[in-house]
Amino acid sequence: MENTIDKDYKTKRRFYQCRNSADWIWGLANVVSVVYALSQYHMLMDGFEKAIIVCTGLALIGFGWVWQTIRLFVTGVALVSLFAVSRYGVMIDLGKTDFFLKYMLASQSAIMWMSALYVMATATYFFNLLTNKSFSGVVATSLTWAATGMGFVGLLVRWRESYLIDPEIGHIPVSNLYEVFILFSIITALIYLRYEQRYKTRSMGGFVLTVISAAVAFLLWYTVERQADIIQPLVPALNSYWMKIHVPANFIGYGSFSLAAMIGLVFLLKGKMEAVAPKAFLTQRLPELTLLDDVMYRAIALGFAFFTLATILGALWAAEAWGGYWSWDPKETWALIVWLNYAAWLHMRLTKGWRGNPMAWWSIVGFFVTLFAFLGVNMFLSGLHSYGGL
Amino acid sequence: MSASVNSSFRPLSLTALLIRFLGSMNLAITLLVAVAIASIIGTVLQQNQPYPDYVIKFGPFWFEVFKSLDLFDVYSSVWFLVILGFLVISTTVCIFRNTPRVLKDIRDYKESAQLKALRRMSHGHEWQSNFSRDICVERISAVAKATGYRLVVKSEAKQLIVAAKKGSGSRLGYIFTHIAIVVICIGGLIDGNVPLKIAEMTDKIQVETRNIPASQVPLVSTLPIDNLSFRGNVTIPEGQKANLAFIDFKDGYLVQRLPFLIAVEDFRIDYYKTGQPKSFASDLIIYDKELDAPLYKTISVNHPLEHRGYTIYQSSFGDGGSELRIKLWSLKGANRSDEIRVVVNTPFALSLEKAEMTLEVLDFRPINVNPDISGVKKFKNIGPRFQYKLRTATGEATEFINYMMPVEKDGAKYYLTGLRHTPAEDFKYWYLPADSEDGVDRFMCFLALLNDETRLKEIALSSLPKQADSFLSMAEDQELVAQFMVALIKQFVDGGVGLISAQVKAAVAPDKQQEISNLYAKMLHHFLRNVYWVVLQEEELDPTLGLSEFDERFYEDAVAAVSISHQYDVPVYLDLVGFNHKEATGLQVTRSPGKMLVFPGCLLLVVGVFCMFYLPQRRFWVVVSGSQDNTELFLAAQAGRNPYEFEQEYSALENALLLQLGTERTD
Repeated sequence: MENTIDKDYKTKRRFYQCRNSADWIWGLANVVSVVYALSQYHMLMDGFEKAIIVCTGLALIGFGWVWQTIRLFVTGVALVSLFAVSRYGVMIDLGKTDFFLKYMLASQSAIMWMSALYVMATATYFFNLLTNKSFSGVVATSLTWAATGMGFVGLLVRWRESYLIDPEIGHIPVSNLYEVFILFSIITALIYLRYEQRYKTRSMGGFVLTVISAAVAFLLWYTVERQADIIQPLVPALNSYWMKIHVPANFIGYGSFSLAAMIGLVFLLKGKMEAVAPKAFLTQRLPELTLLDDVMYRAIALGFAFFTLATILGALWAAEAWGGYWSWDPKETWALIVWLNYAAWLHMRLTKGWRGNPMAWWSIVGFFVTLFAFLGVNMFLSGLHSYGGL
Repeated sequence: MSASVNSSFRPLSLTALLIRFLGSMNLAITLLVAVAIASIIGTVLQQNQPYPDYVIKFGPFWFEVFKSLDLFDVYSSVWFLVILGFLVISTTVCIFRNTPRVLKDIRDYKESAQLKALRRMSHGHEWQSNFSRDICVERISAVAKATGYRLVVKSEAKQLIVAAKKGSGSRLGYIFTHIAIVVICIGGLIDGNVPLKIAEMTDKIQVETRNIPASQVPLVSTLPIDNLSFRGNVTIPEGQKANLAFIDFKDGYLVQRLPFLIAVEDFRIDYYKTGQPKSFASDLIIYDKELDAPLYKTISVNHPLEHRGYTIYQSSFGDGGSELRIKLWSLKGANRSDEIRVVVNTPFALSLEKAEMTLEVLDFRPINVNPDISGVKKFKNIGPRFQYKLRTATGEATEFINYMMPVEKDGAKYYLTGLRHTPAEDFKYWYLPADSEDGVDRFMCFLALLNDETRLKEIALSSLPKQADSFLSMAEDQELVAQFMVALIKQFVDGGVGLISAQVKAAVAPDKQQEISNLYAKMLHHFLRNVYWVVLQEEELDPTLGLSEFDERFYEDAVAAVSISHQYDVPVYLDLVGFNHKEATGLQVTRSPGKMLVFPGCLLLVVGVFCMFYLPQRRFWVVVSGSQDNTELFLAAQAGRNPYEFEQEYSALENALLLQLGTERTD
């Protein structure tokens, strides 16, 4: 995709040779941001954290080059978050009085906005699917972008808030179930938005967003019933730079697997509809089977790659915190089970050439395995990952 | 066709058959599933718990069944290791069988492909152009290069074939990932406890199950310094040293010698302002003959110490022999309290009025941060607590947990003492009301009075009406009533209200029971109140002026506590009055040379996985034929793993070629 061929077949083989001026501006903006952050805050970071911030910058540059839309998104999120942080200043209490913070940008408000927007987006996607009003499709996509944006703002502001409460409490907000549910929602949505753009279809949206709405429902229950939104200090075992990379990598995996399962569902639905009512409106509206199959494969491949990375990062962290890279702790073991499950799925597809309904069913089953690894282990089994508990 | 039929009927040699079986995808998938299922078992059934726990949980029959299947330690059971071993072998065979083919595929441009085969491919297009062959080749090359392909040109008499390919990474990715799996598994097996298992099976080592000092552990349960790989634990009190670690193994342990001495200077817990622990840290000194000077290092969670291939982690903490000052309150006899000094983990002989008991203090914690009772996520330090066992001469033990400070509940303060008879139970707590001085003295005074029949009788007599017109004017009547009152109190202390009503039920006709019970309750309450007055008088208070709200509440709580005191079936309450805290740090010491394989293996795996998915292999061929100024071109390509994606790439390629080399279509 990154290679373009122009009229006079000029050779543009190298990745960086295909960059236009906007790409370079994007790159420069990121470099400047990282350099500024390092120059301002280097004394607060250790070597690993500096490496992480540099790598994040590089990853963002690459990400923006491959997917242009994300630049606008990242810029927007950054500006809004900075605005929120500036409203706060050094007073955490302003979150309850300042107009912008109280109603929009304090982490809890932003997350409420995110929740509402995702639910609206889900409904709009289904409306679009059933009515074929193209404008509603645009609205659904915009709502999803907006919700994802508010989710990111919510997390970033929460990060800042944790430091405002007390510098010694401050930490990246990926440390408990409440925070990772937000992370799960926004990562799944981003992956979906990427596929929506790439495959130019919105008819999968409602299904994928249903998973996100379910996560939102849990999030709301968790907030109301358990006051999970209160920022808690880190337990000593989590106080490590590894958390910053292990957890997000894991959630790219979980998000992709969930997305793949929903696509599997659409695949089965489409197959059934084609058999029963091939001319029906809905049958025509759902994407082709080959497209769905391709999205499902790509999602599982993406998820598998990042899940592999995340599990390995987890092992490296465990080697540092628990005294061994592998302890057969329930969470670890279930991560292995999830990994084995998708490894088998990929083997079946890549070497045995399996396609169609069995693979779709399998990816749905895989979702439940993943769900158990993500939630069930914390709820039903005890182990070293106990801080993820309900 | 016939040749292939023949070959499949030709009997294969045993080795070839075996290789085919081991390298088959079906076996690999079966093994993956088997590992997954075994892993699930290991997570559902809690691993490596003490055997008695399992017996309680599953009963003796299933305990034996599960034990013989090694289900209590799935991940180091023979059958699990055999499955893993097969997985390694299967993957290895797979690598050996496929690598040559894959490498050939990576190198091969397949420029000799037959036109017939090319025509069968999923994608193709034929058109004519008025460019010369050379220009065609030149422009095809340019397009190919621009899209990341590499190519070779094969000229034949009638035609030219341009064969292009890209994305060999996915093929390399295949090799990388599979090698990585083998490497990781081998590394893991080195660090696993296979060697220990073998040594145990051949009787070279023997598991120690007795609770004895490390110095007395026999040599057969001790592992030498040159043991390559282990994971052990050692608890060292502050100010002490150790040169060994304990390895949990089966239902006992083994002792691992270390080539250096670990001394613990200090252990610290830092707390957040909210009260939750923030960090656990130990100041260590390593004395090693190979070092010129002792090595000073502070370790904490997430920050271990590495020394000569050994890694020392902060893994737990405990008591290192704190000295506790304890007041003994007799619950059955006179109001008397003795003070003793005991050391945590050192048994202490208690001689009580009616029994000889051994006091074993198990643990002491000076700070206990518990969730606040109010329910909101707030935490509160409820002060020091200690856990102990009282063991009778016959060996029966009851376990207790007592707090040093009173805990606030519903506006009043209570001392908590928990009791349980087996470790499987939860502690049941007895709430003793704290007096105005925040002590248990008033309650103990009250209880002692209730246990003292002579005093009770005095109180009973003095409380009876003295007037001549009373129907109880006779001294012997008064005596009888007093005796009855004392008996009533005794029943209350010995069995609570329950015992009294049971007695009523046994002795009174059913239609009168309610009436009598009410009467008894009234009398009991009246008399308990009189006793309480005496307690207050002994504190030089004057109850005739009316009870304060506090004293009233105290009375109710005290009566409630007395009414269940019979469930607290030991004759003594231990009241912690002072301590000299001494901590011990729990260290984990590991040596895992396998990680020299595992970590590079992991890197290889990640690189391989990303290569495999994101550098898909693509090929296309263009056959150039026809005369100089009327060339005929035929483009062919085969969709690979994800045809949908390929569709887009192919049409981009086709458009580019048509743009460069004329768009006259032949069809």
